[in-house]
Amino acid sequence: MADLNDLYQEVILDHNRRPRNFHALADASHQAEGYNPLCGDRLTLYLRIDNGVIADVAFEGSGCAISKASASMMTDALKGRRVDEARALFERFHRMVTTSPDEPVEDLGKLSALAGVREFPVRVKCASLAWHTLKAAMARETKTTTETEGW
Amino acid sequence: MTFVAPAVFDVARIRADFPILERTVRGKPLVYLDNAATTQKPQPVLDAIAHYYTELNANVHRGVHELSERATEAYEAARSRVRTFFNAADTHEIVFTRNATEGINLVAHSFARPRLQAGDEVLITAFEHHSNIVPWQLACEATGARLRVAPIDDRGELMLDEFERLLGPRTKIASVSHMSNALGTITPAREIVRLAHARGVPVLLDGSQAAYHMPVDVQALGCDFYVATGHKLYGPTGIGVLYGRTGHLDAMPPFLGGGDMISSVTFERSAWNVLPYKFEAGTPHIAGAIALHAALDYLTSAGLDAVSAYERQLLDYGTAALQDVPGLRIIGTAPEKASILSFVMDGVHPHDIGTIVDREGVAIRTGHHCAQPVMERFGVPATARASLAMYNTREELDVLVRALHRVRQVFG
Repeated sequence: MADLNDLYQEVILDHNRRPRNFHALADASHQAEGYNPLCGDRLTLYLRIDNGVIADVAFEGSGCAISKASASMMTDALKGRRVDEARALFERFHRMVTTSPDEPVEDLGKLSALAGVREFPVRVKCASLAWHTLKAAMARETKTTTETEGW
Repeated sequence: MTFVAPAVFDVARIRADFPILERTVRGKPLVYLDNAATTQKPQPVLDAIAHYYTELNANVHRGVHELSERATEAYEAARSRVRTFFNAADTHEIVFTRNATEGINLVAHSFARPRLQAGDEVLITAFEHHSNIVPWQLACEATGARLRVAPIDDRGELMLDEFERLLGPRTKIASVSHMSNALGTITPAREIVRLAHARGVPVLLDGSQAAYHMPVDVQALGCDFYVATGHKLYGPTGIGVLYGRTGHLDAMPPFLGGGDMISSVTFERSAWNVLPYKFEAGTPHIAGAIALHAALDYLTSAGLDAVSAYERQLLDYGTAALQDVPGLRIIGTAPEKASILSFVMDGVHPHDIGTIVDREGVAIRTGHHCAQPVMERFGVPATARASLAMYNTREELDVLVRALHRVRQVFG
């Protein structure tokens, strides 16, 4: 049986307590609101994209430890990345949290701390909310929910 | 008159009737505290379902053959049992539905809509479940009527003076929960009905939560409609009950059209069947009704007054025990409440609480409990909710409290 510590790793608890880049971004070029209707988690993601590069990224909102930590760690991972790299990272993260717990997954560095949600199927959407919102923001959609993509 | 001593509530005996309570979850004994979502089923209910499909299965109100007659008898005996359970005046005032939600939709559609005109009002309260909000919004949208909401105070009690003030000349119906699913508040239903009737306003009471925690007498309450759902009454899912006064039901057009609800059909026109069949289109949930009968028998033999008193002790014990958990705050502290412990913890989101206590075998509900306006009223995105039933024990609440200490441990 999956251990609680697989889910609530120290790095996740730390990002939950002290979320990074947790503020609005006045000069955002892209922005989207993500919502998980099942639990009410809500976040707004701000991106400043200059010449195809994510120059700055921040978020605001409320949610469980997993969704907040995931958003916080995502913003850390995105800064300075090209948009096409961010899209690729979305796909890699998606694979990591939706692969069966028995199968190996790619090492995504710090983001790998979230691989533990695979053992807790009802919590996968908590981890994916920020990433859905990222995808929506990059596609210039203003709103998204965890129900539109099915993971 | 003979004096009958109150029977001691023997929870161990009750528990022995619920097979699921013997199972383990994640290697721990199941502690089921999500009763406000649905209750577990006692053996007689499970037996009734098996017996129906093994011995009686046939469609009702149709055949002349033995099985159909017996299935019809059993189905109608269930209706009669529901009548006595809620003390309705007449058996034809009991309509079987899928659930309470369907009952409310039926009333909103067939009773309220034809009476509503632009500018009219429907009055509900701030602690309604979505099922007692959305059907009225649909009715209001279709007619141009307006939804008014009576406020609740910081303890989660209905502000009765505000409710009274909102009962205006344009109010065409009031629909109020008999007990809040998110807060546990028991509403002063008789007083609500009295105030509304004094202004000629009919009242629907949503008994989804109340009906399995306390005796309900629809004639004493004086309400026009009462809805309940079988799966919270220790019965199966998919069967619910609508009580409506004869005069109202008679005057209402059907809700759904189909077989069984007609007396004759031609392509030019159809004539409606008598009550209650006018409101039961299609093959009903026969097994569900029959199993609900068994559930109501079970609940009655346990004794609703005894259940109510036992659950109140349990609620008081749980309320005190939760105070031991650092940073925990109970949402919903009305003096008149039953069986609901809704709470938040500093620095921990309810979903994380739910996941961690689940690892200890404890099932609670986390989220907005289909009552988002209640969450907004108390300024929280969600709560964790432990909800009690007659088979729960103090020991189980101790397990919950220990699991909540574990939550504190993880989150520091």
